[in-house]
Amino acid sequence: MLEFYGTSVSSRLLLGTAQYPSPATLSEAVRASGTAIVTVSLRRESGRERGGQDFWALIKGLGLRVLPNTAGCHSVREAVTTAHMAREVFGTPWIKLEVIGEQDTLQPDPFGLVEAARILCDEGFEVFPYMTEDLVVAERLVEAGCKVLMPWGAPIGSGRGLNNAYGLRTLRAHFPDIPLVIDAGIGLPSHAAEAMELGYDAVLLNTAIAKAGDPVMMAQAFAKAVEAGRLAYEADPIEARDMAAPSTPLMGKAFL
Amino acid sequence: MKIILNGNPHETDAATLDAVLGELDLADAVVATAVNGAFVSAAERGETALRDGDQVEILAPMQGG
Repeated sequence: MLEFYGTSVSSRLLLGTAQYPSPATLSEAVRASGTAIVTVSLRRESGRERGGQDFWALIKGLGLRVLPNTAGCHSVREAVTTAHMAREVFGTPWIKLEVIGEQDTLQPDPFGLVEAARILCDEGFEVFPYMTEDLVVAERLVEAGCKVLMPWGAPIGSGRGLNNAYGLRTLRAHFPDIPLVIDAGIGLPSHAAEAMELGYDAVLLNTAIAKAGDPVMMAQAFAKAVEAGRLAYEADPIEARDMAAPSTPLMGKAFL
Repeated sequence: MKIILNGNPHETDAATLDAVLGELDLADAVVATAVNGAFVSAAERGETALRDGDQVEILAPMQGG
């Protein structure tokens, strides 16, 4: 069974909790997806409304494992401080580490990411770094103490799928024993299936389900796609070839 | 005393971070706090004195991707 930092995970689909049309739809979509892990964030508590308290009650009611993020952080200091705050509030050493380096693509800053990962791993955090598919950055993150890597498929919210399937395949081949999660850029269930067929251990997505016309139905579609892709990987698919190879036996064919 | 609370100017008589949370009816809320960019744990809030101009952040669980 898949494990993140020694914790067994029953589903290979991780879900974000943002952008749903309503809290009820969020709950229903999460249940329909069969996910065991949802991502959450920390934001300023809005005075008397106490919106964060209601949201937290809803998430706790789902009974799932939470993976807090450092979304929106652009510096090492910001990300590390946010991680400390998240550890206290959510009571978990898990942290989805985001250090954003560029605003148009929300591309991770690899230098800040590695530095922040090193600090947090040294402090006992279990870091899930949101990264590009860069092999050298991946090496540095593993050296820093990361035991899970989360390369993007494409920029957050873009729905473009796997922009660099070659790079992702290389990463998989280079780190056969480290859990790899495609985080971000997934738009369609076929993208998720492709990631799983490449041998990725899981996918993390949010917008593709939350912003679908019917988020609950889309959650079901993604659950099936992730399962199908994983089964296909385990079943050892055939190699693609350029020319035809007849599937119907030639032997015994009538001479007409 | 005037502090910056979650990015906005805020007039307070609270001497400590704990007292500010009390003023805001957030004493029992699930929140994390920081002063001037540094994390302040729940256990440290009572001893964390505030000064004029301090930047206080009070964060709560929120939707995230």
